[in-house]
Amino acid sequence: MSMTATVGRAHADPHHIGLVVEHPGPAPKRTVTAYGFWVFLLSDIVMFSCFFAAYAVLADQTAGGPKGSEIFEQRNVAIETVCLLLSSFTCGMASIAADVRNRFWFYLGMAVTCVLGLIFLAIEFREFADLVSRGYGPSRSAFLTSFFSLVGCHGLHVSAGILWLLTMMAQVFAKGFRADVLRRMMCFALFWHALDIVWVGVFSVVYLLGSGV
Amino acid sequence: MSDQTHMPVEHDLAPGEEEQHSVGERITGYVVGLALALLLTATSFFIAGTNLVWQPSIPVALIVLAIAQMGVHLVFFLHITTGPDNTNNVLALAFGLMVVFLVVGGTVWIMGHLNQNMPPMDQIMQMRQ
Repeated sequence: MSMTATVGRAHADPHHIGLVVEHPGPAPKRTVTAYGFWVFLLSDIVMFSCFFAAYAVLADQTAGGPKGSEIFEQRNVAIETVCLLLSSFTCGMASIAADVRNRFWFYLGMAVTCVLGLIFLAIEFREFADLVSRGYGPSRSAFLTSFFSLVGCHGLHVSAGILWLLTMMAQVFAKGFRADVLRRMMCFALFWHALDIVWVGVFSVVYLLGSGV
Repeated sequence: MSDQTHMPVEHDLAPGEEEQHSVGERITGYVVGLALALLLTATSFFIAGTNLVWQPSIPVALIVLAIAQMGVHLVFFLHITTGPDNTNNVLALAFGLMVVFLVVGGTVWIMGHLNQNMPPMDQIMQMRQ
């Protein structure tokens, strides 16, 4: 205990709380931006949780229509899941490449992410189109309404993510790795990883639990 | 030890941001995360279609595996840690999770009871006659 050091501050800090923060000022913009986006993502996840809750309640209300086990194809879902997982990985590679300002690996990582995302969307769109053509559209039963809205909402997010991804590639192409572009890239990576987390919930709760019922 | 701890001028980490690592270490982190996630996914798909385990345990196993995989994603892809520079991120996450559990848990709980306590409409009509 070095008492001498505290003498000057004894009155300012009578309870010896002891933490003297050398005020670092506001956090860097990168931290503030990413934190704000993190809060948005959490609110997005709360929104998804409402769709999950609706699905959990309505999963048995088939109104004479098909049950989940009759319309889900596990092979397709497995391919979709692997696509999203790999795209999360390549998105991580792209963000590392962006941090070290390596254009080639950045473009490659983003391009692979984009292709994997498009494969995911194509499989999902085909599944939806197939269901609707068999007369099992969202208006058939409460179960199908909740199914289409939950999975479709995730699909819409992935579509928006792909648009954002292409925008990021264009921005890096036009403006280079500027600080603001890198901040957007960071938010995009957060968004893409969060979508993968939501998909984990979707394939577990909707497809795997649903096909057992 | 001095009773004045001078905090180093160090900022919190943004969500998704890693502590200073070399590129090799960061890539290794993603590879480990990908391997774990693939393993958990494969287990989920295997468990869902198998007859090897006691059937009523399957839904529980699937939910546990899903939560484990979400944890893997949070740690290895979103780099959420327990470090002091991550406190804000973890607190926001904890609040978000609380709302999620209130919404999902509350809905399932309430609607389950409603279903139990409300006989179907044709039975109500019979009771009135």
